[in-house]
Amino acid sequence: MPQQSARTLTSQQKTTSRRPAGTLYRGREGMWSWVLHRITGVAIFFFLLVHILDTALVRVSPEAYNAVISSYQTPIMGLGETALVAAIVFHAFNGIRIILIDFWSAKYQKVMFYVVIGLWVVTMLGFAPRHLMNVFSH
Amino acid sequence: MATTLDSPRSPYARPTGKRGTNWEKWGWIYMRASGVVLIVLIFGHLFVNLMIGKGVDAISFGFVAGKLASPFWQWWDVAMLWLALIHGGNGMRTIVNDYATQRVTRGIFKGAILAAVVVLIVLGTLVVFTFDPCPAGSPADLLPSFCPAI
Repeated sequence: MPQQSARTLTSQQKTTSRRPAGTLYRGREGMWSWVLHRITGVAIFFFLLVHILDTALVRVSPEAYNAVISSYQTPIMGLGETALVAAIVFHAFNGIRIILIDFWSAKYQKVMFYVVIGLWVVTMLGFAPRHLMNVFSH
Repeated sequence: MATTLDSPRSPYARPTGKRGTNWEKWGWIYMRASGVVLIVLIFGHLFVNLMIGKGVDAISFGFVAGKLASPFWQWWDVAMLWLALIHGGNGMRTIVNDYATQRVTRGIFKGAILAAVVVLIVLGTLVVFTFDPCPAGSPADLLPSFCPAI
């Protein structure tokens, strides 16, 4: 009997250490979605700063705008644009997940993380081939 | 000397004596509300600029000027500019609050974020509304097709 209760205790401890209680953000899906949301958010913010400045060149002259934009229409930048869209799409879908957790229920937050990944894969399968065809078919 | 400790699991309550608008709450609401609108605006922006026709290859002054000549795209872009910069600036503020441990560095980072957001909102809004799609003296092949021949 004491043996059995000891075993129950260890298995309980294991469960506890594997699944921290009381927070969505420590460990596993909840944590990794949060980490990815931050990283993609910061990346998009810095892109946005540059993107507003380059678009502002339309106010300078057609030549100035075209010179900068043509440097974006290269294979390396094309891959960067694919990564940027990947970051935006993840941030968008995980943002909806966060809103659903806040206003609906946290019960399905793990399932919703995999739904986000699934929708992200589907969206990127629609976007990436189309974009890379435009980039690499000069 | 009696010390009282809060219960570790007590729900969040605003410190008593704090009055006025709860800006953190409105910031929290703003992130969610602007986020939903931004999904529509940015997905539309990406679809029209990168998916339709020749995608990124077709982007030039003529393409952008053709879009910005219409009030629809002017307001679309201005809405995106304001919503996205404030959303991003507030997100960066949250990250600085989390990771910058000293008061002075926090202030410098948040000041820099605020300055960048304000400058770019003003610049972007001015560009969209003072923009001339057919600038005089520019070669016609760089301009959108609706520009009158000089």
